[in-house]
Amino acid sequence: MTLCYQMDDKFEMIRLAVREFAESEIKPVAGELEENEEFSVSLTQQMGDIGLFGMTVPEAYGGQGLDYISYIIAVEEIARIDGSQAATLAAGNSLGIGPIDAFGLEAQKRKYLPDLCRGRTLIGFGLTEPNAGSDAGATSTTATRDGDSWIINGRKTLTTNADTPMTKGSIVQALTGTRPNGKVEYTCFIVENDTPGFTRNTLKRKLMWRGSNTAELFLNNCRVPDNAVLGNPGDGFKQMLATLDGGRLSIGAMGLGCAQGAYEAALRYSKERVQFGKPISRQQAISFKLADMALKIELARNLLYKACWLAENKRPYGKESAMAKLYCSEIAREVADEAVQVHGGYGLFKDYDVERFYRDQRLLQIGEGTSEVLRIVISRAIGC
Amino acid sequence: MNIVVTVKQVPDTQEVKIDPKTGTLIREGVPSIINPEDKNAIEAALRIKEDNDDVVVTVLSMGPPQAEIALREALAMGADRAILMSDRAFAGADTLATSYMLSRAIKKIKKFDLIICGRQAIDGDTAQVGPQLAEGLNLPQATYVEEIAIRQDVVTVKSRFDSVMRTIEMKMPALITVSSRVNRPRFKTMNGVLKAFRDKDVVTWTKDDLKLNPMRIGINGSPTWVRKTFVPSHSRAGLMIEKQPSESAADILDFMLEKSLLRF
Repeated sequence: MTLCYQMDDKFEMIRLAVREFAESEIKPVAGELEENEEFSVSLTQQMGDIGLFGMTVPEAYGGQGLDYISYIIAVEEIARIDGSQAATLAAGNSLGIGPIDAFGLEAQKRKYLPDLCRGRTLIGFGLTEPNAGSDAGATSTTATRDGDSWIINGRKTLTTNADTPMTKGSIVQALTGTRPNGKVEYTCFIVENDTPGFTRNTLKRKLMWRGSNTAELFLNNCRVPDNAVLGNPGDGFKQMLATLDGGRLSIGAMGLGCAQGAYEAALRYSKERVQFGKPISRQQAISFKLADMALKIELARNLLYKACWLAENKRPYGKESAMAKLYCSEIAREVADEAVQVHGGYGLFKDYDVERFYRDQRLLQIGEGTSEVLRIVISRAIGC
Repeated sequence: MNIVVTVKQVPDTQEVKIDPKTGTLIREGVPSIINPEDKNAIEAALRIKEDNDDVVVTVLSMGPPQAEIALREALAMGADRAILMSDRAFAGADTLATSYMLSRAIKKIKKFDLIICGRQAIDGDTAQVGPQLAEGLNLPQATYVEEIAIRQDVVTVKSRFDSVMRTIEMKMPALITVSSRVNRPRFKTMNGVLKAFRDKDVVTWTKDDLKLNPMRIGINGSPTWVRKTFVPSHSRAGLMIEKQPSESAADILDFMLEKSLLRF
C-alpha cells in the first residue's frame, strides 16, 4: 500500500453531482425553511431521488452500493450549503438506515431499506433520554418480555427525523435485563409510528438546523412483536457504540462542510468589500484570517478522510473517528466565527449565509458525543 | 433504436478570464464541463430512451484524453456507451474538420437512427458542427429544436427560427440540434456515478481506428484561421449602486425614469 493523495475521478464526480444539486435546489430555499422551522418533505424526497440515502447500502436492498468516502463527501457538500438538510441526510443515513443495514435481520432489511433508500421514509434513532445524554448507561427506558412480544416504557428526546410526515418509526434502545455477570443488557427495537402507546412531539425553537426535525418520543406500554428486535436481543449496547462511531464521521463531514461554506462566503465577500481603498482580502488582518481558515479546513479534511478510509478498509477507526468529529466540529466553530468577523456588521444579518453557518456549527460540538466525551474516547484510546 | 449524442468538453466560461495582453483564454485552474447544450442533447436522448423500448444511447466526443471525464459524466446521467476520439493528429481542428471526423466515427458506429447535438458550444459559439455533420452524412436536419416526438421511424420536432416556431417531420435517420429550452438536464444520481465507473466503458478511437483522409483532419483539414482575438472594451463605465436591495431598486427606477427608459 502506497501513500496516495490522488482521489479517484469517481469521488470528484460524486462531489460535483451533489454540489450541483445543493446549489440549485437547496440554496434558494434553505434560509426560508430555516427561519420558518419547516421540515421539507419535497427536498428530502429529492435528495432520495438522486440517491443520497442508503449510499453505502448494497444495491440489492435499494441502496446505492457506494463506499463510505463517497457518502462523507455527499454530506460535506450538502452541509456546505445547508446544515438542516445535511442533518436530515446524515441522521437518515447513519442513524436510521445504518443500524438496520448493519444489524437488521434479513426480513427487517427487506421491509425497511428499499423505501428508506429511495428517500420516501425516515427512521429516527432514539438513544438520548432526559436523564441519559453523555451517560448512555443511565438509560431508563425498559422493555419487558410478555409472551411473544415486548412491552416498552420510557421516554427519548432530541431524536432527529423522528416526527416528520415521512417518518415510519424509530429505533429505540431499552433496558432488557441483567446479565449473569451483573451488567445491564440493552436491546434495540424498531418501533413503528402506528404502535399504540407510541407518541411523538416535535421540539421547536432550536438555535440551529431549524429546517430539520427533532422530536421527543413517549413510549407508554408500547407492545411490539418479537420481530421488532433489531438483530438479536441483548446486542443493543454494541449496536449503539458501532452506530455512533459511524455517525461521528458524518457529523465530522457536517463540520467540514459548514466550515467550507462559511470560508467560501468570507473569501468571496472579502474580495468585494473595499475599505481603506482596497478589498479587505488584500489587507493582512483579513487575509491572515482567511489563510488560517483554509489551513484548518485542509487539516480537517485530511483527518476525516483518513478516518473514512480506515472505516472503509475495516480497520479500527474509533479513535480517528472521534478525532475527526472533534476537530471538524471545533474548526467549524472557529471558521464560522471568523467568517462573521470578516463580514463585519452585515454578518449579523440573515441576508448573509454566514449568520446561519454561525448558528449551525454550534450543535456539532454537542451531538453524537460532546467534545468532552470525545476527548474521553481519545484519551482512553491513547492509554491514559 | 440507436441514438448518438455528440458532446464537447469546454472550459466553464462562467469562470474563464481572458488574458488582456494575448487576447486568449486563461485556462489554468478553470474547470472543464460538458458543454451546457450538449447536456440538453444527452437529456433529450435519455428521455427518448425512457419512453421507448430498446433504445441505446451512445455519446461521442472528440478531444484530448482528459475529455474522458465528460463522457463518464454522460454515462453517469444514463447513457449506455461512450466513444472518445482522441489523437494528436486531430488537434487544431476547426468546425469543418471536426464535423468531418465526427461523421467518420458515426459511419463506423454504423447503426444510428437519430443524432442529437447541442445547438452550439459556449467556447466557440459557432453552431456549425451539427449542421455540417448532417451534411457530411447526407441526413435531414432540424436545428434549434425545442420539442421532440418519436413515432416509429419519424421524428417530429419544433424548431425555433427567430420568433417563428416551425414543426418539422423527418424520416429517420436524421440529425437535430437542441437548444437549452428543450429540457432541463437531470441531476446525476449517486448510483449512476458508480455505474459510470464500475459497469461502463469509455472506448477510445485514434486515427488508426477510423478511415480518414489525412488532408481533412486536424489543422490540415481546417481552413479557418483566427487572425486576431481581442477583448472588446466597454468605454462607458456602469453605475454602481451599493445599498440595501429595496433602496437600490428605488434608485434604479429613478434612473430609468429620468432617462426615459421606462414609462408608466
